[in-house]
Amino acid sequence: MNQWAFVIGAYALTFLGTGLISLLSWRAMQGAESRASADRP
Amino acid sequence: MHRFANPARFLKIARPLTAWLFWPGLVLLLTGAACGLFVTPADYLQGDTVRILYIHVPAAWLGMGGWTGIAIAALMQLVWRHPLASIAGRAIAMPGAFFTAICLITGSIWGRPTWGTWWEWDGRMTSMLVLLFLYLGYIALANASARQGNGGVSPVTAIFGLVGAINIPIINRSVVWWNSLHQGPSITLRGSSIDGALLWPLGFTLIGFTLLFAAIVLMRMRAILAQNKIEARMQRLARG
Repeated sequence: MNQWAFVIGAYALTFLGTGLISLLSWRAMQGAESRASADRP
Repeated sequence: MHRFANPARFLKIARPLTAWLFWPGLVLLLTGAACGLFVTPADYLQGDTVRILYIHVPAAWLGMGGWTGIAIAALMQLVWRHPLASIAGRAIAMPGAFFTAICLITGSIWGRPTWGTWWEWDGRMTSMLVLLFLYLGYIALANASARQGNGGVSPVTAIFGLVGAINIPIINRSVVWWNSLHQGPSITLRGSSIDGALLWPLGFTLIGFTLLFAAIVLMRMRAILAQNKIEARMQRLARG
């Protein structure tokens, strides 16, 4: 049993997931804040 | 805390703080992960799989810490009626659920080569799975009630967050109360049973993930506050 396969799998999943949730949160924030300031009369 | 009850005052601090938390968090996380993967020695029993420790423990900490944050926000919402508390509760839920899922998945991946099984219905794993279900229930309730008020969670959702906190000490004590494949408490206030040669990168990843988590929560709070502003303007326009 190659132990590194388990280690790499765990790290890849964690880092991809953390990157994705960071990106989605940043996009939601950017989108909402730019719409809020663009709509300003 | 009521000093920050004004969203404008909160945003003045949150805007620069988001970047100050995110980038140092990322640097600490990558440093800790690189050291954990390539610098520390393999464990004499578990071999290289022990390196999963550096992501599994922070994920467990943030899953439990996230719900503790939800419970504190719920208390502030229900008792002191802090206007940002319900928004904070809603903002914490998604990253909290994510890190709880990561804790379960990395634990399962670690368990297969170490215990010979992906899953065992013991106290620690089952109570952590219950925490994930609590998060999913909280998110569903929060989304259902978000548009009724200020974009935060309803009082019923806050009560759910407060009651669900009973699971946190159960998770913490589960390895003491019940027989488990999971190891007992290895890091306590009295010290650590993990050798120092293996332990030190954990400090980097623990702080790094925590800073990233805080940055993500701030991003989500800022998104909700901006959305509130848009909707308030639309309502004013609709009224003429």
